[in-house]
Amino acid sequence: MWHLLHVTIHLCYFAINIANALESHLISKGLLRRYKSLHISKLQYLAIVIESEDCRTSNVIELLQWLADLGVKHVCLYDMEGILKKSKDFILEKFDGATLFQENDVLLDQPLMTLEFASFSDGKEAVAKAANVLFMKYLKSGSTSSYQGEQIFTESQMGEALKTVGGNGPEPDLLLVYGPARCHLGFPAWRIRYTEIQHMGPLKSMKYGSLIKAIYKFTMVQQNYGK
Amino acid sequence: MERIRERVIQIYGNLVSLLQKCIFCILSVGPIPNHIAFIMDGNRRFTKKCKLMEGAGHKIGFSALMSMLKYCYEFGVRYVTVYAFSIENFKRSPEEVQSLMDLMLEKIEEILKEQSIVNRYGVRVIFSGNLKLLSEPVRLAAERAMLATAKNSKAVLSICVAYTSTNEIMHAVQESCEEKWDEITLLNSSGAGYGLISLGGYEQDEMDHLIKLTDIEKHMYMAAAPDPDIIIRTSGETRLSNFLLWQSANCYLYLPSVLWPEIGFRQFLWAILNFQQIHFYLDKQRKQS
Repeated sequence: MWHLLHVTIHLCYFAINIANALESHLISKGLLRRYKSLHISKLQYLAIVIESEDCRTSNVIELLQWLADLGVKHVCLYDMEGILKKSKDFILEKFDGATLFQENDVLLDQPLMTLEFASFSDGKEAVAKAANVLFMKYLKSGSTSSYQGEQIFTESQMGEALKTVGGNGPEPDLLLVYGPARCHLGFPAWRIRYTEIQHMGPLKSMKYGSLIKAIYKFTMVQQNYGK
Repeated sequence: MERIRERVIQIYGNLVSLLQKCIFCILSVGPIPNHIAFIMDGNRRFTKKCKLMEGAGHKIGFSALMSMLKYCYEFGVRYVTVYAFSIENFKRSPEEVQSLMDLMLEKIEEILKEQSIVNRYGVRVIFSGNLKLLSEPVRLAAERAMLATAKNSKAVLSICVAYTSTNEIMHAVQESCEEKWDEITLLNSSGAGYGLISLGGYEQDEMDHLIKLTDIEKHMYMAAAPDPDIIIRTSGETRLSNFLLWQSANCYLYLPSVLWPEIGFRQFLWAILNFQQIHFYLDKQRKQS
């Protein structure tokens, strides 16, 4: 009975995927009016999370080309195991429309796309390193009184400490997950407070139309930020 | 006539309950999530949509929460976490914040009653967040609830109040620093410190690792619960809004478009089915990280 239920779910998703593929094809041909003009300027920083086993550099480079064609200026490529980080030089060599993102880069209009490479170690481990930086600062400040349970560190000090250890790039506006499930796979927690997260399916079946649809959906979102 | 109507409603209710139990039986052949978290979004939109009085959406939302808790505990989910009030929500109008605090106070008293869901399912209630930011009556009520349910051991309900992930991480880092400071002071006073306060006794490499990741993790507000398996956010919004960012690396995000007061069995069922479809993959990811 359980297996029957899950086979039915598989069939449902199969049908949904066919419908999505058709829609994606129509979008990429420019036949759906809604998606024709994209307010790309709203997308300041884009993060792409890719399932490590799926990280084919040819697919990644094609995706970057699509993003460049759409006018996306700043991209962070993330995979849990750091495979993309290891292939950083190869990707930058093959995709000549980009430069490496510098920590102190202000998000200005630039002719080339900036690329950042991140992995799981830039998340929790970076926070542990930043904690040590803050602790050292406190000890070196020579304060002799013990903590009184009051707040000693602020979130902005934490942000600065993370920058020092190389774990604090800009907060992405949109995070696209290319993998089997909608799951951010450990993208640095400090950076995704209000990031819109969209699931794109496996990288090997990526579609240009789906990319446009995801970015369009993002540009239509209004956030209250808690208010 | 009235009695017949009541009887029919009762029979219908029993049938629905029986059907739900059957479905749970079938589903429990597959993996059951250990921890489900909810972002209860859409109460105000529901109020507007149904043209209700202000605050009505939140009250109906509370009933929806009770239903979801019942489904979770009946199905065998041991840990449930809810995002009740964010630190950012303090930016709302003082009247709205006050009415939410009043509602919270009222509902805390209710869940401690004899026949409530908490006692029926043996649920331990934990309030996670910077409780110092709450007004005294609410904070005291929360502490009373935690004390009253401390001995319950069948399930856990974490209510995130005055909570954000970044505040949680900040707090955990601070607690870790305080603990390390106390350790060093103790070593120093016992004469074994090697002048640690002036850091003369440590190599650079040791100084970079005085505070470990495990120290930070044990001081998180959510340390009493394992990482969530599913986070459900209603209203179709696709962000986490500073909720469980640290704990959700391998967590399935289910984002139905219904508003929170409208959530029901159908959405719960769909979340479980999707979770079971990808459980093998997420479990593999968890073991690798």
